[in-house]
Amino acid sequence: MKKKTSDTAYREPLFDRIFKPRTITLPNGHTVKKPVSRVPLITVIVIAVILVSAKVTEFDFGIILKRGYQLGYILGRIFHPDWSYFGADPANTSKLFSALLDTIKMSVLGSVIGATLALPIAVLSSTNINKNGIVVWFFRILLMVVRTLPTLIIAKFAALIFGLGTFAGTVAIVVFTFGVVAKMMYESIETIDMGAFEASESFGANKFQAFWNACMPQILPTYLSYCLYSLEMNIRAAAILGYVGAGGLGILINEFIGWRDYESLGAVLLALFVVVFIIENTSQYLRKKLS
Amino acid sequence: MAKEKKTLSTNHLSTNHPLTIEEAYASRPRLWWIYTLIILIVAALLGWSGTSITYKGLATKGITIAQGVGYGLIHPDTNLLFNLTNEGVPFQLLQTVAIAVLGTLIGGILAIPFSFLACDKIVPKWVSVIFRAVILGIRTIPSLVWALVWIRVTGPNAFCGVVTQSVCSIGMICKMYINAIEDIDKNILESLDAAGCNGFQKIRYGVLPQIIPNFISTVIYRFDINVKDATTLGIVGAGGIGAALIQCMNSSRWSMVGAYLCGMIVLMIFIEIFSTKIRTRLARG
Repeated sequence: MKKKTSDTAYREPLFDRIFKPRTITLPNGHTVKKPVSRVPLITVIVIAVILVSAKVTEFDFGIILKRGYQLGYILGRIFHPDWSYFGADPANTSKLFSALLDTIKMSVLGSVIGATLALPIAVLSSTNINKNGIVVWFFRILLMVVRTLPTLIIAKFAALIFGLGTFAGTVAIVVFTFGVVAKMMYESIETIDMGAFEASESFGANKFQAFWNACMPQILPTYLSYCLYSLEMNIRAAAILGYVGAGGLGILINEFIGWRDYESLGAVLLALFVVVFIIENTSQYLRKKLS
Repeated sequence: MAKEKKTLSTNHLSTNHPLTIEEAYASRPRLWWIYTLIILIVAALLGWSGTSITYKGLATKGITIAQGVGYGLIHPDTNLLFNLTNEGVPFQLLQTVAIAVLGTLIGGILAIPFSFLACDKIVPKWVSVIFRAVILGIRTIPSLVWALVWIRVTGPNAFCGVVTQSVCSIGMICKMYINAIEDIDKNILESLDAAGCNGFQKIRYGVLPQIIPNFISTVIYRFDINVKDATTLGIVGAGGIGAALIQCMNSSRWSMVGAYLCGMIVLMIFIEIFSTKIRTRLARG
């Protein structure tokens, strides 16, 4: 950055060319330039954006004051979960637990498959190992497009194509995990030390052998920790996929909200809360060990 | 590295000569049983999860739908794509972004008192524990459920999306704010003290410059997530592009689906590039 400015004539940013910086002469004769503060401009832009957004979304705070008691009522019922879902009523219990297990299974299977698929693509889209620029950019753009699709929309497509059920949910999670893990992986593959890779190649190893022996040990801990991280995210994501018919807890959530049965909804959310809490803590513990 | 060498040399003290390559190779760390264990655990988990997820073949219309999606993405409805009325893609995208902007801003502001109250360096332990529990509770309820609950209050419109995102964002934003607050360099405050600054000046010149870049960076990162989230909130009727998209999907109007998806992809890529740029500038200072 510095070098560039000394080589070529320094071009002031557009802002400084419009609002000329103030020149101050120091007691020792040097002059320094104090740029005009950018705060007013940023404030004006932010306020304009807020006003436009408020107009577009029909922002009306009064309605919350007027009907806010509704929220208190619903939350109050959610926080008094229906305990018959935890053992008292066998039918309810099995209904809740089979949905819960479906959610966990969907996210475990989806995370493992997605993360496995992500590794080769991540290698192909990191510039230090793959020297073919066209392939790198093809995969990067593919990953970018995959990541922009919301999980629920993918799940909806999958449910339309593969029929309702857990398979559709698993497909959605595979796609989501694939996008996220591959992106994080190629970013960390690009920061590894390539010395060992080049040394192995100079010994006559082919690209795969060199990668496997020199790069894998370096990226494996990061990779595993990204896998665990994506598992954490996927449990939350899988819980709502049922809303579009892709199996798991979402089906129950959809059903109970439709019937306004907020006590049962509370039970579902409590079960989800416990599972998320356990999995997050286990995975955070493992990730700390890995790093 | 140094530790490894040391253990190696202690193992071979009896031989009392520097290690040959063969000896060093023979005494390399062997972790195969850990790898075997991990592989076994993962395999067991996979086998267990495979039990209830079965591939039942394509749905009856599966192939037609897959073809339709492909066709729609290649031939998006250009009429819809450049239509400036309320149904057109530009307005829907604008509404989605507007929801995310307001939701993130309100969430970011609401999170400030929460995160100071949940930081155990500032408040007593029991206060911070209570607020951490509240934040965890907010984070656990999925945003879709929040939206469905808020709809009962505000009715199905874009405003519902704004309120939902303001509440949902608090969880994650707080978590990152707390980290930023805990990382404050206290030495600066001491030197300001030594220079004779009063409490207000200490906050203005000692605390704010340290946390504001972090806070803004967090909010921009969350904005990125919220835009993506806002596209799905429409599915339950909380405004944004999702509602129209799902309707078109249900009625198999694939070229309209393609138009909405194209708009979404372009918007999201644009926002991601923009937010990464601002955040790298903030990080460099």
